[in-house]
Amino acid sequence: VCVRVCVRVCVCACVCVCACVCVCVCVCVCVCSSVPQPKDDFQEELVIRPLHSGDIYASFQFRTLWETDFMRGNKVSHYRLFPKSLGQVISKFSVRELHISFTQGYWRTMQWGQPFLPSPPGAELWVWFQDSVTDVDGTWKELTNVLSGIFCASLNFIDSTNTVQPSASFKPLGIGNVTDHRFLRYATLPREIVCTENLTPWKKLLPCGSKAGLAVLLKSEKLFHSSFHSQAVHIRPVCQDWQCKTTSWELRQTLNVVFDLHTPGQGKLEWSLFKMFSRTLTEACPLASSSKIYIDITDDPQGEQFEVSPATHLLSQAMVLGDRRTFSVYDLTQQITFGTVRSLNLLIRWKSRDMLRPLLHAERYVAGYGLQTGEIHTLMYNNHPYRSFPVLLLDSVPWYLRLYIHTLTVTSKGKDNKPSYIHYQPSKDRVRPHLLEMLVQLPPNSVTEVTVQFERALLKWTEYTPDPNHGFYVGSSVISSLVPSIVAMDTNSTREQPLFSSFFPCKEESSYFMRVYTEPLLVNLPTPDFSMPYNVICLTCTVVAVGYGSLYNLLTRSFQIEEPSPGLAKRIANIIRKMRGVPPL
Amino acid sequence: MAAPLTLLLLVAVTVRAALYRSSLADLISERVEVVSPLTAWKRVVEGLALLDLGVSPYSGDVFHETPLIIYLFHFLVDYAEITFMLADVITAVALYLSVKDYNKQVFRKQKYALEADRYPLDCLELIRSPKEMQYIPLKVAMFYLLNPFTILSCVAKSTCGLNNAVIALFVLSTIKGNVLLSAIFLSLATYQSIYPLTLCAAALLYLLQRQYIPVNLRRFSFWWFVAQYAFMYLGSLFVIVGLSFFLLGSWDFLPSVYGFILSVPDLTPNIGLFWYFFAEMFEHFRLFFLCVFQINVFFYTVPLSIKLKEHPVFLIFMQLAVISIFKSYPTVGDIAASFIKHHKASSASSLNIFLVSCVLLACSALFPVLWHLWIYAGSANSNFYYAITLLFNVAQILLVSDYFYAFLRREHHLSHGLYLKRKDGSEATLVLK
Repeated sequence: VCVRVCVRVCVCACVCVCACVCVCVCVCVCVCSSVPQPKDDFQEELVIRPLHSGDIYASFQFRTLWETDFMRGNKVSHYRLFPKSLGQVISKFSVRELHISFTQGYWRTMQWGQPFLPSPPGAELWVWFQDSVTDVDGTWKELTNVLSGIFCASLNFIDSTNTVQPSASFKPLGIGNVTDHRFLRYATLPREIVCTENLTPWKKLLPCGSKAGLAVLLKSEKLFHSSFHSQAVHIRPVCQDWQCKTTSWELRQTLNVVFDLHTPGQGKLEWSLFKMFSRTLTEACPLASSSKIYIDITDDPQGEQFEVSPATHLLSQAMVLGDRRTFSVYDLTQQITFGTVRSLNLLIRWKSRDMLRPLLHAERYVAGYGLQTGEIHTLMYNNHPYRSFPVLLLDSVPWYLRLYIHTLTVTSKGKDNKPSYIHYQPSKDRVRPHLLEMLVQLPPNSVTEVTVQFERALLKWTEYTPDPNHGFYVGSSVISSLVPSIVAMDTNSTREQPLFSSFFPCKEESSYFMRVYTEPLLVNLPTPDFSMPYNVICLTCTVVAVGYGSLYNLLTRSFQIEEPSPGLAKRIANIIRKMRGVPPL
Repeated sequence: MAAPLTLLLLVAVTVRAALYRSSLADLISERVEVVSPLTAWKRVVEGLALLDLGVSPYSGDVFHETPLIIYLFHFLVDYAEITFMLADVITAVALYLSVKDYNKQVFRKQKYALEADRYPLDCLELIRSPKEMQYIPLKVAMFYLLNPFTILSCVAKSTCGLNNAVIALFVLSTIKGNVLLSAIFLSLATYQSIYPLTLCAAALLYLLQRQYIPVNLRRFSFWWFVAQYAFMYLGSLFVIVGLSFFLLGSWDFLPSVYGFILSVPDLTPNIGLFWYFFAEMFEHFRLFFLCVFQINVFFYTVPLSIKLKEHPVFLIFMQLAVISIFKSYPTVGDIAASFIKHHKASSASSLNIFLVSCVLLACSALFPVLWHLWIYAGSANSNFYYAITLLFNVAQILLVSDYFYAFLRREHHLSHGLYLKRKDGSEATLVLK
């Protein structure tokens, strides 16, 4: 019995000692691992702006800010709100800024005004690399292929024949002092089609996915049943505070969509969230620090033109696109916004319409007839009554439309308007496209026309697409300018602002940065007959053989007198005679 | 003979000046039959504009002229029309003088042969008399100047006219016996487009003949002369290429000019055989057929030189014809240069030559029609234009071989007699066996 008690006591003591040791170890481990994680922050917002043509413009922006350094030696491994696929892309390819957009449809500036975030039809990708990258072209190729996989888009068609290095038009939008444009690459694929396949991976990058917050509204059957649809991803480093002691990485995912007035079929000027997106909102994204809906009521402060329900008393003013605009705000983080039904369905009812003229817009078309030559005309409209401002025009034309730069003319109001800066890089067949960048001063209240002649090339039969008579696309021209603004812009970029007004950095108060994209062009090229390769080879080789044969005959043969050969009977008789030994006939 | 020649020059210059002032000038300078990516005036202006913008003209794929042309037109761009008319005039005068000199040598040789009784008695009617040859130089100059192909090429300001002028000067200096000038002009012609390299053999043969050096591979004098000529030719070529390097400061022009001529990347339709062939070529065989087609141009040099070593001037014309048919970017200006052999026609096959010339004329008329149908009306496709190209080239080949046949036959008659008899005494026919 004593032995049993002693054994039990010993066992208990051992167990206690082990437990104490374990507890101590756990406490130590907990203490050691309480290193502060980098701070990250997620904001989401939706801006709804009724347009004067009766259409409605909805712009979603999702911003993730993360105070971390991807360029450090030890790799970042703990991702929370920032998507891991994009973080790995940034660190592997030493990306400083990445802007990618997929757009279906063309933004009609004259009817809809200016978008918050312009984008050209098709896919557009422009990237600033860090200055530690040694082989930019190789990195660019790998990056386009990786992004092609992430977004399920055919970005692998981006190669040297449609990539350019603009020298002035695409300055970095984030912080950083690298301005050597050897580290910048810009490419567009105007033929790229956007569909659900591209929307799904884009939604997966959001912290809440499409399960909570504003992203529940992103249903593809309604989003693609619209006049204009554009989704984009923008990554750039930004300052955290005024002195810029710490920098953080900003990821903005934006989705702009314009719903057509007549699509619902009723013709009634009434919009609701349910009608546009076939869903209503029930909660904000729990991971978001701010989740707001802004409705633009500037054109109707007294509620004469349209009426918004449920009404809200929250108002906010913001400086956007050179104008001070007033918004009704719905804060989704407040439970009171959802009311008693626990769901928010905004309703906007129209009463009347009006017109607005944007300050800068552009058009582009191809002139000429036939398949040999043509002319590209770009028209830029400056609708400001008394101010003139300079614009940077960037044109990237594929190599098979051979531009003749000596035919370039720039005319404003009928007179010649010489650009003050021209950067032209001619194309090399099958290697790179033309790049034309010009700084043009637009006189007030005028139309400036830029024309340049081109010649259409005949390609090899394997270089045509399977539908060659559809034509070949030429990417949109990009017009970047600092447009004079009516009100003073806010240059303090660290102040709390709605996302839609803080995308383009504002350096001065009297003007704001704007980018306008023109239409893509569709150009026909002369085609060979695709059923003929074997026939052509045979016929051409026959002609060469005719030449060879005649010359061979004349060179190797000499003239001789022709002896007529005797008839068959005589020949047989001669043979018999020869056998007999008698002289022949 | 100066007065008719001057009159002819005046008429030619008037015709060209009249066409320059009319609205047809712009139309003609866009025609693909008359200009090619190598010779178009639009591209010369584009190259000068690129130079003004501070970009090297060879950094793109629009400009394929040699740097000396840039240098020349940098100063002469405002007087371009006069330059091209002057080039045509120089070509015509050079041809006139060279044919006159050559005729004198032909008469001298004929006289010696007659005295040595080398001609059979019945072919005296084949021997040329001074009377009938008196107007040949003028006819040659007229044929060149008033040829519609030449006029079109001049009005379009195609740099082919300058190339023709250099080749005509080369022919003149060779016939006059000036070895140095012949080498220099030949190297200038080769510098501009590679193909005149094949004329080297013809020039060598002629100069050897003129200096009474026999063409015997075992003789030292033969090799010494060949070495001299090669040294002068290659030396002037290197000097010109080096000068081009110093003008622009880079070797960019080598792949842009010579790489372009040899590798045919631009498939703009023209009157040659290359464009549609390489537009429809299977990618796998492209390099092989490219080599075959380029070798085809140079390949006839040795056989032709061996056959025609007694008649180097005819060899020059044969080579020019072969180059103009088989080069990578031919234009009607090249065809015009190769037609200068017309004056040597003998009556034996003139009917054949007449038929083929009619085919050529008909094809030339059909080119713009089928181009319009393909490119502007859209009711035909590229096969129509390609077919006419094939027919045009076949007609040219037949024309060249007809002239060659007539020449060989005349030479045969001169040595064996005109009326030949068979073994049994009846009249014989001649065949090539």
